[in-house]
Parts: sequence; structure tokens; C-alpha cells
Amino acid sequence: MIAIVDYGAGNLNSVKKAFDYLDVEVVVSDRPEAVAAADKIVLPGVGHFSSLQALNRTGLCEALLRSASAGKPFLGICLGMQWLFEGSDECIEIAGAGIFPGKCRQFPTSVKSPHVGWNSLVIQEGSRLLRGIAQDSFVYYSHSFHAPVVVETTAASEYGLLFAGAVERGNIFGVQFHPEKSGDVGLAMLKNFCEV
Amino acid sequence: MLTKRIIACLDMDGGRVVKGVRFKNLRDAGAPAECAAAHARSGADEIVLLDITATSGNRRTLLDAVRGTARSLFVPFTVGGGIRVLEDAAAVFDAGADKIAINSAAVRDPALIGRIAGRFGSQAVVVAIDAKKVGGSFEVFVAGGSEPTGRDAIQWAQEAAACGAGEILLTSMDRDGTKSGFDCQMVRAVAEAVSIPVIASGGAGSARDFIEVFRDGCADAALAASIFHFGIENIVELKRELHDAEIAVRWPC
Repeated sequence: MIAIVDYGAGNLNSVKKAFDYLDVEVVVSDRPEAVAAADKIVLPGVGHFSSLQALNRTGLCEALLRSASAGKPFLGICLGMQWLFEGSDECIEIAGAGIFPGKCRQFPTSVKSPHVGWNSLVIQEGSRLLRGIAQDSFVYYSHSFHAPVVVETTAASEYGLLFAGAVERGNIFGVQFHPEKSGDVGLAMLKNFCEV
Repeated sequence: MLTKRIIACLDMDGGRVVKGVRFKNLRDAGAPAECAAAHARSGADEIVLLDITATSGNRRTLLDAVRGTARSLFVPFTVGGGIRVLEDAAAVFDAGADKIAINSAAVRDPALIGRIAGRFGSQAVVVAIDAKKVGGSFEVFVAGGSEPTGRDAIQWAQEAAACGAGEILLTSMDRDGTKSGFDCQMVRAVAEAVSIPVIASGGAGSARDFIEVFRDGCADAALAASIFHFGIENIVELKRELHDAEIAVRWPC
């Protein structure tokens, strides 16, 4: 059973629908107990970094960190990936999980923001989440802040600069783009996550 | 590299996709779910489903169509037509849309943009603007292009962006249905005035038109309905031509 964490940050239907399509059992929940009981966890989310505040209020944050450190496969999508970093300039009062180093920042003024649309991935070898995904595959992004390229970055995209498209360390995965909206390429990644 | 998006628009009437010229001589083009899936397979980067009748009586028909279409569609999916209040938008999102498009309701009540964006995120709110060249500027029209508002399209696009819109869908009423090319002048004026993406619409007739609106019109995306039905223009072929013209597109896809 995969738990999709609902903390009030946008519409989770698309993520659920993609797992339904892959015929994988999921539960959408805002309860820490559901996170604790799940085999795998997906933390989606769109919008402002401040909406992550809800994780701290509800006890979800501890449940997520406990599950992740216990080795449960964890996938953060979009804002959910940004949460895995130390924080974001979008809302400096709220700390991220700090699992990956660095902070999320705005794009340079040389490009329009938000970054919306299909962009290509420069993929590093050895990623479990991106297994079988071809170099330069296109994925759908929609975001205003970006995470830095770090040692754990498994795929990067270029938009005014090079930023982290996907990160991975052990059982913890994050993607800035929306696999649930990235056609067959995205579905293949979600399938990989189910099989981790 | 961020690519230019090709968006297929499905006009829906009574639960069926239809195609005509300026909403007249409507021909049946199939069921929404099948049309959407076929367009996605042939390389459409996004799908827009527009309920062109949009009366409260057929709201259930719309929601059923959205649900059926969304189930096996894994590219961004926008739904428009008859969304007047936050609850209308919530029902459409609940049925599986990723974004909603609002037009007349946003002009009447710009705060609606912020209310929907506040709950579902700016990325989920597309403000559709129908505009027409009047004198030296571009005037906004509402109610399916039947009512002039006296408002300037560039100013309205800026206000919509400030209210929380995530994208602007800009339709040239002068070009709509004519297949004589996009209004690159208008698209460029709006695209340069806002930082959010601008989707050009109205007038697509050939691959050349798309090349021009991306190069000269500075559009981030371009939408077309009529040319993608009945095999008049194939998206795969269109993308190949854009790629050959060195416009970055999702190709192969």
C-alpha cells in the first residue's frame, strides 16, 4: 500500500489516478497513522513553500521522517521534493527536512518565471527511479523555485541555469517535475518507484 | 531546454466533441475521452476541453466527460466553460482536471482568480481572454465574444497575472476559425507584458503559422482545435516541421 500524503497543498487526484492506472493500491490520507502503516510514501504538493507548514502542525512531519529513516521508499513530487532540502527562499521561516543539502531559490531574471512546460532531462547513470528512461526524455514542470544540483542529483534540467530535476539517496527520491503529467515517461518512473 | 507547447483544444457540446467555424455548422468529431487520448498519443503536449454550451443544465454531462477523459490521460488537462464560482472549479478539479480556464467570470469578478489559485495553486488557473483589434489597441470581449468590455487586453492580462493567474490563454477573435495565422502582434504585446506563460489561440492553419507565433509572437504555447480534427493536420507532422525550423518542441515524444 502506498500512502499519498494530503496536507492541503492542491489537487492530489492526478497522482492518485496515475497509480490507479498502474493498478497499484494507494490511500490518500492526512493522518500520520496512515503514513506509518504504508509500505511506501508519496509526498506531492503544488503551490507555496509555506503550505508545508501543515506538515509540522499535524504530526505528519515526524511520521514522514520516521518512515523515511526506517528505509521506506519515499517519493517527493514538486513541492514535496523541495521539502527534502534545507529550505526555500520562498518562505525562510519554514525549514525543510534537510535530507539533501542546500536551499531552493528563484530562477535568474533572464528567464520568465514560473517555469511551465516540457523540459528535457540530463540523466546520471545508476538511478533506480529513472531506470530505463532515455537520456533527454521530456517531463512536465510547473514551478517558480528550484533546488540546487547536488551530489545526489540524478537528473538535471536547464532553465536559465542547471537545476535539480530529480534527486535520490537510498530509499529517498524526489522529482521537481510531475511524473503523473509526463506521459509514458512519467508513468515508467512511477512504476519504477512501485518496484523499488 | 524548455520547449514550446502544442495544445489540442476539444470543443464539447452535449458530451460530444464538435467542430465548426465560429460555433456554426457543428460536426461531430467523437467522444472526448477518445479524442483526447488520440491527440495525446500523436504528441499533443496538453489537452483543453471546452464546454461551448456550458449551461447549468448540462453540468453533469461536463463532469462525466471530464472524469472519463481524465482517467487515462497523463498530460496536463485543462477544462473550461461555465466556471463561474469557486465551487464550479472545485467540482471540475475533483472530476480530474489539472487546470481550469475562466473567462467572463474572471472579468466580472477578478477576485475569483485569487480564490481558485488560493485553494488549488496558481498553476491550476488559466485566464482565457478573447480580444479583438479595435483602433490601435486590443479590446477584451466576454460572453463568447458577444459583449465588448471596453477593457484593454494587455492591461487585463497584467491584472489577471497580479491576481494569481498561472497562464493566459489569448484568443484573437479576428483570426478565430479563419486559418489565416495567429495574431502575432497581439500575442507578442501580451507575452512581453506579463511574466506568466501566454498560450496563443485563434487562426492556426499551417505549420508556418505555429513557427511564426513562436518566433515573432513570443508565445510559450499555441492552441488549435479545428486543424487537429479529421486528420487535417497531424501533430506528429507539425512537430517535425517545428523541429526542422529549430523551434524547441517535445520531439520525439
